Amino acid sequence: MTVDLSVDLCGVRLRTPVLAASGCFGFGREMAGWVDLAALGGIVTKSVSLEPRRGRPTPRMAETPSGMLNAIGLQNPGVEAFCAGDLKFLAGAGATVVASLVGRTPGEFGRLAERLDGEPGVALVEVNLSCPNVEHRGEVFATDPAAAAEVVQAVKRATSTPVLAKLTADVTDLVAVARAVVDAGADGLTLINTLLGMAVDTGRRRPRLAAVTGGLSGPAIRPVAVRCVWQVAQALPGVPIVGTGGVVTGEDAAEFLLVGATAVAVGTGSFINPRAVVEVADGLERYLADQGAGSPAELPALFKAER
Amino acid sequence: MSPVRELCEVLERRRVGEYQALTLAAPRVAEGARPGQFVHLLAGEDRSFPLRRPFSIWRVERPGAGPGAVEVVFDVVGAGTRALARLRPHDVVDALGPLGRPFDPPEAPAGCLLIGGGYGAAPLFFLAAELRARGCRVDLVTGAATAARLLDPTEAGRLGSSLTVTTDDGSAGRRGLVTDPLPELLAGTGAERVYACGPMPMLAAVSRVAAVAGVACQVAVEEQMACGTGICFSCVLPVGPGGGSGGLEPSPPENRETRMARSCLEGPVFDGAAIAWAELGYPELEELVR
Ligand SMILES: Cc1cc2nc3c(=O)[nH]c(=O)nc-3n(C[C@H](O)[C@H](O)[C@H](O)COP(=O)(O)OP(=O)(O)OC[C@H]3O[C@@H](n4cnc5c(N)ncnc54)[C@H](O)[C@@H]3O)c2cc1C
Ligand SMILES: Cc1cc2nc3c(=O)[nH]c(=O)nc-3n(C[C@H](O)[C@H](O)[C@H](O)COP(=O)(O)O)c2cc1C
Ligand code: FES
Repeated sequence: MTVDLSVDLCGVRLRTPVLAASGCFGFGREMAGWVDLAALGGIVTKSVSLEPRRGRPTPRMAETPSGMLNAIGLQNPGVEAFCAGDLKFLAGAGATVVASLVGRTPGEFGRLAERLDGEPGVALVEVNLSCPNVEHRGEVFATDPAAAAEVVQAVKRATSTPVLAKLTADVTDLVAVARAVVDAGADGLTLINTLLGMAVDTGRRRPRLAAVTGGLSGPAIRPVAVRCVWQVAQALPGVPIVGTGGVVTGEDAAEFLLVGATAVAVGTGSFINPRAVVEVADGLERYLADQGAGSPAELPALFKAER
Repeated sequence: MSPVRELCEVLERRRVGEYQALTLAAPRVAEGARPGQFVHLLAGEDRSFPLRRPFSIWRVERPGAGPGAVEVVFDVVGAGTRALARLRPHDVVDALGPLGRPFDPPEAPAGCLLIGGGYGAAPLFFLAAELRARGCRVDLVTGAATAARLLDPTEAGRLGSSLTVTTDDGSAGRRGLVTDPLPELLAGTGAERVYACGPMPMLAAVSRVAAVAGVACQVAVEEQMACGTGICFSCVLPVGPGGGSGGLEPSPPENRETRMARSCLEGPVFDGAAIAWAELGYPELEELVR
């Protein structure tokens, strides 16, 4: 059986359902020597803000069991430099670009979306409502359904590009947040961002990250991410979801697709294997063939919810 | 040359003083490697999802007579280096490389002073060979806490016209810091270039001495790295405007004095004068030169 890996994500045709996750593929151009950027399902750029951000002090990362903590703090050159440099490059390379936006207020998100509206190469916009590495928890809009909805509304008003809202699992009622952003107009959801964590250097009796706390990523968080996708897919059928968290192999990607994700994004996996996004897609293709599925969209129907 | 991923057979692992050395069959990495570049190694199935660990290239055997090999030398400090220290011949190491910006050799033959702290001398062995092949005079200074932490002093003695050794405890060479003899050596050898690798405080001091003497200086830094390929932004350090151009970073806006540069991409080699030492807690070079 031949497998067609392409999928429809919020009206955009992706070559494969495997994207590079935000903040884990730089701005894309760093990887041009490692993979054919045009052959990927898509590249979610590192989150960009209106003004340049320097990020947090170092050490910014620490290895933890089956994953890592990071506190990069959204370092980016600002939206103008992004458009003039990286975005132009990605568009020229034929990549499918998902521009990730981050702001401190709904107004900032709206202005970012407006600036990017109609920029060549931007296929989708991802609204980062959930980065844990910010100075104030109030900036983690996705912990509050009303605040998250307000940001999504501001973005939707400013752009005609389909909008993904990226949420955090660090909440008691994820479905409530998901429902609020979908009602506010989000075309799809990205689940999940890193989980807020902390690690201690016992020898030196201090935090291992300069920022004290950071975001946990990698296979350690995959079960949490799969659970989130499952819960939201059950509650909001038909809403496209990009599953993110610990995807390293084709089978990992299949876990997400089986429980209802339309696509997946590979994050930390690219730090170990620069070709992870390509190899996960290849592995998924083999998995689909083994399961007798002709396309990724057939997987949810093959999933048996009862053990 | 753009970096590659290579599954490398371990050819040898041996002790070198207090360090461990690992020789890997790595034809494609060895082919294009330049002094100052590093390999990002993955070994050990004992931890699930281990991140890679970066190491300077110590020696290279270009493909030709043999298949091509690279050698690294390392201090065992944690889980990653422990896993590498357990490797035996015929085991396999997953390597990315050669990564990062190498040292720039002088355009015309010139006197060069190379300064290494502890295992930080490793990339200078590779550099010394290249500089001499280009007709440069090479003088070396190596320092460490104790004699056993000096990197292969016998071989170091053969690398250049002179070798000056310092140890903190006086167990070999002069007692004191590796930076102590620098002003004297710069004056005595008439060196026009300084190259250094070692701990950050040492690199700050070397950059300062070189700046005061008006000699161009390049240093190789060690920041913690996750990806090694420029995509995670873990490994940053502040550089001044115009410093360490890797060509990938958009030029900083006019109102910003320094920016955070990724040391895996724009480094690990930086011009000593480009690093914003004050932001790292060291005195600013310009204040000292003035
Ligand atoms: C470009 C580059 C070249 C390097 N070259 C060499 C080399 O030639 N030989 C060598 O012995 N080491 C080198 N290092 C340092 C080496 O990568 C670390 O010692 C190693 O990653 C530690 O791994 P671990 O799991 O054993 O220890 P971990 O458990 O990760 O750490 C143990 C201790 O080492 C410190 N450490 C971790 N990473 C680094 C780092 N990147 N730099 C300094 N300290 C660190 C930690 O803070 C901790 O105190 C280099 C680092 C870089 C960035
Ligand atoms: C170093 C690092 C930087 C990240 N930066 C961003 C970011 O700028 N914006 C964002 O939305 N998510 C960011 N993330 C989160 C990832 O996109 C992803 O949601 C998360 O890491 C879980 O996926 P993974 O386990 O595959 O890494 C970052 C993650 C890491 C590890
Ligand atoms: S180590 Fe990831 S950007 Fe340098």
